[in-house]
Amino acid sequence: MNKPVGTQKRIIASKHVKLGQKNAKGQTYTDINDIFYNTEQKPVFFTGSEVIKEAIRRASVGTSVAYPITPQSEAAALIGELYAEGYLDEYFRGESEFAVMGQCAGAAFGGHRVFTTTAGPGTLRAMENFPMWAGSRLPIQVCVTCRGINSPLSIQPDTLEIHYLLETGMLVWHAETAQDLFDYILKGFIVAEQPDVHVPIAVCCDGFFVTHTKDTVELPSEDLCLTPYDPYKSPVTVMDMESAPIRMMRDPFVMKSNYISYATHASWQQEVQSAVERSRKHTIPMLDGLIDEINTDREVLVVASGTAVSQSREAIRLLEQEGIKVGLVKIKTIRPFPKEEIRQATKNAKHIFVPEFNIAGWLAREVKAILPDNERVYAGPHVAGGMTMPSEVIAEEIKVHLGIKPSPNRRRP
Amino acid sequence: MARMNIRISGLGGQGAVTAAHLLAMAANRDGKFSISNPFFGAEKRMAPAESYCRIGSERIYDRGELVFPDIIMIFHPQVITMQKSYTAPFYDGIQENGMVIINTPTDLLNSEDHETLAKLNVTVFNHDATKLALDIGKTELSTNMAMIGACAGVTKVVSIESLDGALQERFGKKFVASGGTASLDEAIKKKYAKKNDLIKANMECIKESYSRAEEWAAKQDNLQLIEV
Repeated sequence: MNKPVGTQKRIIASKHVKLGQKNAKGQTYTDINDIFYNTEQKPVFFTGSEVIKEAIRRASVGTSVAYPITPQSEAAALIGELYAEGYLDEYFRGESEFAVMGQCAGAAFGGHRVFTTTAGPGTLRAMENFPMWAGSRLPIQVCVTCRGINSPLSIQPDTLEIHYLLETGMLVWHAETAQDLFDYILKGFIVAEQPDVHVPIAVCCDGFFVTHTKDTVELPSEDLCLTPYDPYKSPVTVMDMESAPIRMMRDPFVMKSNYISYATHASWQQEVQSAVERSRKHTIPMLDGLIDEINTDREVLVVASGTAVSQSREAIRLLEQEGIKVGLVKIKTIRPFPKEEIRQATKNAKHIFVPEFNIAGWLAREVKAILPDNERVYAGPHVAGGMTMPSEVIAEEIKVHLGIKPSPNRRRP
Repeated sequence: MARMNIRISGLGGQGAVTAAHLLAMAANRDGKFSISNPFFGAEKRMAPAESYCRIGSERIYDRGELVFPDIIMIFHPQVITMQKSYTAPFYDGIQENGMVIINTPTDLLNSEDHETLAKLNVTVFNHDATKLALDIGKTELSTNMAMIGACAGVTKVVSIESLDGALQERFGKKFVASGGTASLDEAIKKKYAKKNDLIKANMECIKESYSRAEEWAAKQDNLQLIEV
């Protein structure tokens, strides 16, 4: 665990039998390394929802199941367009998020590459299925466009739901921008489907801030697509009621209260956790590290994920104008959590700020749990319930905590 | 580093979201950096809806509600008269030397508002965009076009050519949006025999509004807007 992995050597190249062949839409099955690193990328000006569509267009997805919930509804509808154009084999609307995730499991058991989207209350409604996917070793991808989960209802961005995903046994990646989202969706399939990983992946982004925001994104040609999922790469046999481990559910020794039963479950949970950790060696070259570092030799650092990174970049720019130097750590994968990387990046920091779009401050807790001298960690600023976190607010809170005089009025510094 | 922050406050159904996207798309076509995003509650016509467009000379990361705008556009008088905005007053956070464009035939501000804005050298442009939309586009649904034209005419932050291109991109091909936006898209498309007629009428709205705004701006002696 946490052995150094170089970022230069890209992920093991695909040896899929279909590599170089064309699919029914005339797209060429192409190795992921070539799609991202050896072909021309062209800029487009798209919303995050449109970007999800463009990723799925190139992802050789077999089945996608849709259910409407803001802010992922547009993406789900756009994937329906792709189905109508013949890019997917199966696409239909489930009865609820819970049903959708069950239907995804069925399609994945059947050997399809499966993609779905959900958000907020939908994620929570579907929750039971996520550890089921992980325990069944199904490399399904769910794109979570985070929104408020509380009552009274909110459709606005809030990252609290990611906290609920952390111990499901899924890989959890958090995109900062639409570009990240595009990259993570395609790369996520490849990492999740490696035989020594083979667990589901939640590619998360902040609703509205990414899904409904128009931004510049560089895309590879739409004539290229991922090699299809290879069900023979699964580390477990096809699971049905006659095969282990699902079969064990009906076998007395697992369902009974005895130590063999406990050991079976515990070792399987450990194996799923280990699979998530083993994804590191594939993810590090694919994402160029689990974290990004900017000026981490500075005494004051911001550690963040998602849109909080973008807002922090602007806050750091504002502080720089006043001569206050702040560095940045961007966390790309929440599971596996980049413990060693964050420890190294923050080893010289005296103050570590963790701004978040949720009331719980779960990322600050995660960071505090792995750092020595964690009184250095300041959990904030926080916004919640769909609030925006203006860069000015981050800058002011950093100044106040450092004992620097705040700006005299609520104007741009 | 130059950046212009534009906040659009309107009511659901007026096209405030589309307006911000079009401005950002046009700026992008002009080779500038831009980013636009909406903010609204669960879909409801006539409820407050806001959108934000940031245009700059360098890469922009900032997103979400715009708390410190340089330009504010008010698409509907009720934003002011019935406080249908996310900030109170509607111009909260406006920056020095900024500008407010209000879709209204009459002055809607009280003396206190005028005083506050004058102190910040914020100019107010009362622009009857809905009338212009009805006269030229023959539908009040083109109000957002008239507002975009006014913004471009005063600030010159995007070119007419790029707005034309952005319009073609937005209305010329199939566009999947939320249910409410889709039905409004359908409603406006039904008014015209061809898609091209719709784009043409919208473009005429933009152009007329642009030149009226240009004329207005030429008469102002205290306009000190940010140039991007």
